[in-house]
Amino acid sequence: MSGGLYNINKKDYDKTLDLTKVKPYGDTMNDGKVQVSFTLPVPCGDEAVEAAKITIKKMGLQNPQIVYYKELTKGFTFFIGYGEFTDTVNFEEIDVPKVKVDKMTMEETDEYIKENIGRKIVVIGASTGTDAHTVGIDAIMNMKGFAGHYGLERYEMIEAYNLGSQVENEDFVAKAVELNADVLLVSQTVTQKNIHIKNLTELVELLEAEGLRDKVILIAGGPRISHELVKEIGYDAGFGPNTFADDVASYIAKEMYNRM
Amino acid sequence: MSKLGIDWSLVEKARGYASNIANSVSEYVQNYSTVSVERTICRFLGIDGVNENDIPLPNVVVDHMKEKNILINGAAYIIGNAMIELNLTPQEIAEKVANGDLDLSKITPHKPEESLKKIEPIVISTIEKIKENKNYRDDFIKNIGEGSQPYLYVIVATGNVYEDVVQAQAAARQGADIIAVIRSTGQSLLDYVPYGPTTEGFGGTFATQENFRIMREALDEVGHELGRYIRLVNYASGLCMPEIAAMGAVERLDVMLNDALYGILFRDINMKRTIIDQHFSRVINGFAGIIINTGEDNYLTTADAFEQAHTVLASDFINEQMALTAGIPKSQMGLGHAFEMNPDMENGFLYELAQAQMVREIFPEATPKYMPPTKFMTGNIFKGNIQDALFNEVSIWTKQGIQLLGMITEAVHTPFMSDRYIAIENAKYIFNNMKNIGDEVEFKEGGIIQNRAKQVLNESLTLLEAIEKEGLFNSLEKGVFADVKRPINGGKGLDGVFEKGENYMNPFIEKMLGDDVK
Repeated sequence: MSGGLYNINKKDYDKTLDLTKVKPYGDTMNDGKVQVSFTLPVPCGDEAVEAAKITIKKMGLQNPQIVYYKELTKGFTFFIGYGEFTDTVNFEEIDVPKVKVDKMTMEETDEYIKENIGRKIVVIGASTGTDAHTVGIDAIMNMKGFAGHYGLERYEMIEAYNLGSQVENEDFVAKAVELNADVLLVSQTVTQKNIHIKNLTELVELLEAEGLRDKVILIAGGPRISHELVKEIGYDAGFGPNTFADDVASYIAKEMYNRM
Repeated sequence: MSKLGIDWSLVEKARGYASNIANSVSEYVQNYSTVSVERTICRFLGIDGVNENDIPLPNVVVDHMKEKNILINGAAYIIGNAMIELNLTPQEIAEKVANGDLDLSKITPHKPEESLKKIEPIVISTIEKIKENKNYRDDFIKNIGEGSQPYLYVIVATGNVYEDVVQAQAAARQGADIIAVIRSTGQSLLDYVPYGPTTEGFGGTFATQENFRIMREALDEVGHELGRYIRLVNYASGLCMPEIAAMGAVERLDVMLNDALYGILFRDINMKRTIIDQHFSRVINGFAGIIINTGEDNYLTTADAFEQAHTVLASDFINEQMALTAGIPKSQMGLGHAFEMNPDMENGFLYELAQAQMVREIFPEATPKYMPPTKFMTGNIFKGNIQDALFNEVSIWTKQGIQLLGMITEAVHTPFMSDRYIAIENAKYIFNNMKNIGDEVEFKEGGIIQNRAKQVLNESLTLLEAIEKEGLFNSLEKGVFADVKRPINGGKGLDGVFEKGENYMNPFIEKMLGDDVK
């Protein structure tokens, strides 16, 4: 199964990098090598392997190779394969909307808030709806933080309230009113069948109905959240994977200032 | 013999504290019941089905009793009374209540012993049915066989019970010994059990009696094909804890997540409600031969696995003692712990090894449930497979009972069929290749591993002493576990708790505790 191991085929394509025509990289510029794995609902055999190769081809990958396959259970076969991507991507014209923020350290953020806002910022956060997972909101808010980034509770100039999981949107808004919150953080971790979108949208509608939407900074976060997505449904910012409390805190501080 | 150099006098002391904690909880529990306990009794008496609004009849009946202010005497007494007066079955009585044709508060009261006598044949027949299930399982395992420990435990979670069947059978054929059907997100907070087969759920499949039956049949089928008993798991947790246990006992489930502490901390269920519910559910599980799984592993998803390891051990001690008060044999105690150390930590593997070995040595007759890395799984499936491999190594080394397999796509999506295959392949490779490593390798005296075990045991002892002094409820208010604080009268379900009246009876608890288990 290692037909490609000692490949002496001449590589007669252009091996210089052109950012307007980017292809996946295996070990040579522009080789287009891609690794895929998937299961087909067919019994194991030569026909299954052929079907898998055709599947790979239809993904836009040439020279499909199946390097491993195994019948998982009767009528389902798993494949690991490789192919070469022939199309290209223009990297230069890509424009991804992002939360634009110059990241500050915790100390810098505290200092910034003291100087420019002059009072503590009140932040409430929760994992709303049926979502029982607090991993995300805890990582951002809890004193200890995550991966060496202290959470908002540790910031001197942020008054942070973590309401935990399964908080109904109604209760969340009520708490925001009670605490006179400046910032609302919503975390969504379990997101089967796009329930998170429905849930996030509901909160915006609720805030609008109560006339609160413009009075708060509304932020969503979670593994399936992107800035672009939540902007569209009416949030101020969205934070996806690999963002930490300092990203959120820096954004909050600057946005508060911008709005003054 | 301890490989860790454990000081057994400290373990004994810890058990003493835990036993006092459990006893004071069970003294409290004696005087109270809940709506879910009473609905469980209704189910055991044969009340099933839903009314025209899809409300389960056990709920209709118990809500009716509550509304009429007669619930303090308990469903068993009241139904028995109605049977004497009306000469109807419990199901017929429930249907009449549902139709509005019957007001149970208007029934002439009889003496408790007369009521008990009336329902006794039904009680005995339910008890016999559960015993038959237990015997069926025992015979299957004895005559046909089962996988060896650590049992390979995987989850299915499609939302559709019929799709779950396909996934579960596939997993069994690949080598899984235990299949858990993850529940739909939020079911733990429903104060009723949905009815019938279900094909829609969020992140899981609703626990219903019909879904239990469908999955049981599928696993028996594949079990016969493979010559291996395949165990079925569900969740006797949340607001319907004892009802789910009852359904599981009747449909022959084998393992139940069953831990009030988990519900209190992670689902914000009121502590009084769920501790009372837990007692009856554990009596049922114990009697039915169902292994309970406790949820200590979850503490480490919010609290730090290194700093808070002692809270896991302390909670295991408490759960062991609370299980004993409910008549659960030690072999049916799937005490929880987890492999959640930060992978960047130097010697993290050694600490994990120490903690896992410690659980095994301190609870030698238990069937500990060992949970895989989740908190530090990143979406890097390649590294994830190595994290799961280290976890599997610790497990075979320390001889864990139930191995909840880690999935490379943890933190990405509910597992694909192929994710489960990769997980099982990983575990089987390691379990076979390193089979006797635990018998061969000893730990250095006074080394990192022994010292770690010593430290965690000492810290648990201090914590247990403090909890004993405060009482469990007050300690939970102060946030001793998982860094979570819960007020004693807060959370969901407190309005379903009531003090037992003078005619109150629960004949099932007496039969189950009095019969085989003593």
